[in-house]
Amino acid sequence: MPAVRGDGMRGLAVFISDIRNCKSKENEVKRINKELANIRSKFKGDKTLDGYQKKKYVCKLLFIFLLGHDIDFGHMEAVNLLSSNKYTEKQIGYLFISVLVNTNSDLIKLIVQNIKNDLNSRNPVHVNLALQCIANIGSKEMAEAFGHDIPKLLVSGETMDVVKQSAALCLLRLFRTNPDIIPGGEWTSRIIHLLNDQHLGVVTAASSLIEALVKLNPDEYKGCVSLAVSRLSRIITASYTDLQDYTYYFVPAPWLSVKLLRLLQHYPPPEDPGVRGRLNECLDAILNKAQEPPKSKKVQHSNAKNAVLFEAISIIIHSDSEAALLVRACNQLGQFLSHRETNLRYLALETMCLLATSEFSHEAVKKHQETVINSLKTERDVSVRQRAVDLLYAMCDRTNAEQIVHEMLNYLESADYSIREEMVLKVAILAEKYAGDYTWYVDVILNLIRIAGDYVSEEVWYRVIQIVVNREDVQGYAAKTVFEALQAPACHENMVKVGGYILGEFGNLIAGDKRSAPQVQFQLLHSKYHLCSASTRALLLTTYIKFINLFPEIKTEIQNILKCDSNLRCSDAELQQRASEYLHLSLVTSTDVLATVLEEMPPFAEKESSILAVLKKKSGRMSAQEAHKEARAAGGAGGAAAAVAAGAVKNSTNDKNAKNSSADLFGISTPPVNSQNNSSSNTGVLVDVLGDLYSSSNNSSMPSVATNGTNSASPATLTSGVTDNIKKFVCKNNGVLYENDIIQIGVKSEFRQNLGRIGVFYGNKTSMPLQGFLPSVSISSADSGRVSVQVKPVESTIEAGAQVQQFVNCECIDHFEDLPEMLVCFTYGSVPQRLSLKLPLSINKFFEPTDMNGESFFARWKNLSSPSQESQQIFKTTCPMESGSIRTKVMGFGMQILEGIDPNPENFVCAGILHTRTQQIGCLMRLEPNRQAQMYRLTIRASKDGTAKILCNLLSQQF
Amino acid sequence: MQFMLLFSRQGKLRLQKWYVAHPDKAKKKITRELITTILARKPKMSSFLEWRDLKIVYKRYASLYFCCAIDQEDNELLTLEVIHRYVELLDKYFGSVCELDIIFNFEKAYFMLDELVVGGEVCETSKKNVLKAIAAQDLLQEDEAVEGALREIGLY
Repeated sequence: MPAVRGDGMRGLAVFISDIRNCKSKENEVKRINKELANIRSKFKGDKTLDGYQKKKYVCKLLFIFLLGHDIDFGHMEAVNLLSSNKYTEKQIGYLFISVLVNTNSDLIKLIVQNIKNDLNSRNPVHVNLALQCIANIGSKEMAEAFGHDIPKLLVSGETMDVVKQSAALCLLRLFRTNPDIIPGGEWTSRIIHLLNDQHLGVVTAASSLIEALVKLNPDEYKGCVSLAVSRLSRIITASYTDLQDYTYYFVPAPWLSVKLLRLLQHYPPPEDPGVRGRLNECLDAILNKAQEPPKSKKVQHSNAKNAVLFEAISIIIHSDSEAALLVRACNQLGQFLSHRETNLRYLALETMCLLATSEFSHEAVKKHQETVINSLKTERDVSVRQRAVDLLYAMCDRTNAEQIVHEMLNYLESADYSIREEMVLKVAILAEKYAGDYTWYVDVILNLIRIAGDYVSEEVWYRVIQIVVNREDVQGYAAKTVFEALQAPACHENMVKVGGYILGEFGNLIAGDKRSAPQVQFQLLHSKYHLCSASTRALLLTTYIKFINLFPEIKTEIQNILKCDSNLRCSDAELQQRASEYLHLSLVTSTDVLATVLEEMPPFAEKESSILAVLKKKSGRMSAQEAHKEARAAGGAGGAAAAVAAGAVKNSTNDKNAKNSSADLFGISTPPVNSQNNSSSNTGVLVDVLGDLYSSSNNSSMPSVATNGTNSASPATLTSGVTDNIKKFVCKNNGVLYENDIIQIGVKSEFRQNLGRIGVFYGNKTSMPLQGFLPSVSISSADSGRVSVQVKPVESTIEAGAQVQQFVNCECIDHFEDLPEMLVCFTYGSVPQRLSLKLPLSINKFFEPTDMNGESFFARWKNLSSPSQESQQIFKTTCPMESGSIRTKVMGFGMQILEGIDPNPENFVCAGILHTRTQQIGCLMRLEPNRQAQMYRLTIRASKDGTAKILCNLLSQQF
Repeated sequence: MQFMLLFSRQGKLRLQKWYVAHPDKAKKKITRELITTILARKPKMSSFLEWRDLKIVYKRYASLYFCCAIDQEDNELLTLEVIHRYVELLDKYFGSVCELDIIFNFEKAYFMLDELVVGGEVCETSKKNVLKAIAAQDLLQEDEAVEGALREIGLY
């Protein structure tokens, strides 16, 4: 047993030794239980314990807790220790509380009172204990209780330096809990002037606080810029003996320097030329020092020195205005790329990524390409290799794309599984972005599938198809290349998909060659058919019907395949349906009709690569980089705005993707006849609206707008079903909102964060124009100011059989209850018409699904316990309780379904964030279906008062 | 800094300090996950790793691993030196510190950390000043111990 310092609680030391001597886990548990029983009886016993004993037992409990056991008593005794006038007892009491008490404990009130007493103590060590405890716990109650005193304490002339230091950081912690506690006004200037304090410890602590304050409110604190620059300048020019104990391994005040440099990064380069010059001198000096021989061989010296250097580089990158500094920074990092310290190589690669995005240093970064490629090959640490991949991606441009993509493909063959998917995305993006020659692009993507087929996501192979379809010059090459690739004995299923699609569209371009005659193409594809999953087979069946059109000579052979039992009687409904419909189509239609139906796909709408969106989503690091890039592209309009934009792009492309995937590029979910409409109307949007119709209108018949023929049965049901339709839109974004004999109104909407765009499509079903067409939208008075809609104008005439679209932009400002009213007025055959509808814009559209595990779900659930945060409804169902449809509705509602949290698999537990302009509202939900009773119980909790009730009302109507 | 963990080569947690509130269960999970991840890493690897949305900075001293979780914008190299300064303080106080010192005097290890880091930010970087504060605490402790002993024999 080593010597115990200080007063030594002997009993504690003996206990710890006992535990250490336990030979087995069981023995340990036994010893601990014995001790717990002993302590419990002491605490409950009649004999009052003196302070020392209490302290000893509390300390034992603490030790037991630290061993990983749960402690459910002793808290009161610890709180008692707080009021002891002995420092050591008080200190142990505080320690127990900071380690064991959670922010939402009932004990907080008691603790707060004790802390108050100590804060007012004349003894600074007591004040410090209290401050450290607040900083350790930092709960809301504490922010309320001490938000007033601590700012005062911090700027008071009577406060001792050590207390000031703790007070500054304590305030920082409370500020993070509740930003409102900062006083502002005259206090602001006093807090800024702490940067001038004599005591470097005080300045260090204060600069952490000021940095956080600045982050939230840069304008209020902008006076700190010149103070920070002069303080920094004094440190940088100081010799290492000047600052005495604040010099760390020959580096003057590294912590303070880094803090000051961080602080300055929240501002643009100073406008005052004097201040700006001084800052640049500092940065210059830091870069110079990096070139000086080290003053010590110790790693601590180099770490501290380089910590300051990296922070300086970070501010140089941030201002992005001094070309000379940027290039110097780049050269410095270039030296680090081959440093023997792994840590430095790691950081250099990471920081260079940012330099690569600056126009001033992009070229300088490119000089190090060989070194970076070399790190990819030789680094032994995967996290360093990952950084090298990031940097190659960032430094890639038209001049070096081929080489970089080539190297990345090479590396991919042996790359760690953990980074393959991201690499595949990066290669795919670079190949597309810098493809001068699209045959190269096709080769790269096919190589990707060959090398890492499992990691090639749908977005990647969708994209290659979109590009091939849109670019005539590459179609023949693509067909030839996939045909060759498919000849490999084992080829990845993704290759079969791409091959199937491309040959189905462009197989005719290579059919002239005997080696790839129609028959050969078909047999090659069909040889893979039985090894593939259902979705790939479905795709291949479509290829086959396309082949019937392209190559009439193999029609019978294909019909035989469609006819065979494994297809026509396939247990998979989708495959069976395709086989029978395609077979029928090939039997009954004339070649002309067949040729029209199976015409080559029209070009895809040009849009941002969906792959980029996936990559951004995959890694936060990347999105920061991209945001940085976009900020640059936008002329440095401010990183934050660009980051928001990046987020927005990401969401919208994801939405489109979701649509694409459900349509599997061919429109699987719609019957083949529809492809006629597809090619004639040729607007992706209309297809989507119609596509949705099929699922919503009970498969009755063709939608009337599309066929221009009215079905006697459906309009009636649709008109009477107006309100039902609007209800359905709570859980879906697209579909027919309203229909009668004259007009069909369809809706297709997209939402991201707190913004949304609703496309409303008005289709004239008659043979006469609709005139004086004027739709308008209004918000109920109760919700005014909570949601805003902006309606784009639309032409006043809709020609016979035509469709016009109108966009409504909306923003959620606060939670709102009612759907906006929509009034559509027009004249049909000189009779005025007036349709009063609702716009399908409900609060849940602004949900972002949030994934979390059981622990955090229950913790959050418990936190939202006030009555106004919860709403519950128990109601009888109006539709069949089928778990599939319940799931669809719940998913459509917009929250994330959390699996495996509720022990009853029938129940749904969900989480989501509602985005409003003013705040983000966290929402949790539980839905419990009860089949016997045909009832549901729905419980929703939300962080904002009243939101839960609105959501509960919305969702309960869906079942 | 969001939290600091000290654990042994055998994966035993020796000290934990959380500067951001988490439920106990989450703490246990995080701890387990990080200990496994870090113990699996080889000596020549970098001391930094990305983990969830945080950066992990760790360093091994003899049989003990010191591990800090910091935010994206925090400085990794300097975090290594916060760890080092803490080790120096422990070393100075215990006189070439070993794992056993921290096990038997865990409360002292906590007190020392509280002087160095408050609310997740470095509070006092001067070794002298921290040791002075700790020495003052010890002095109080001894006074109180003497006082207690005197009281016991009825002399106070």
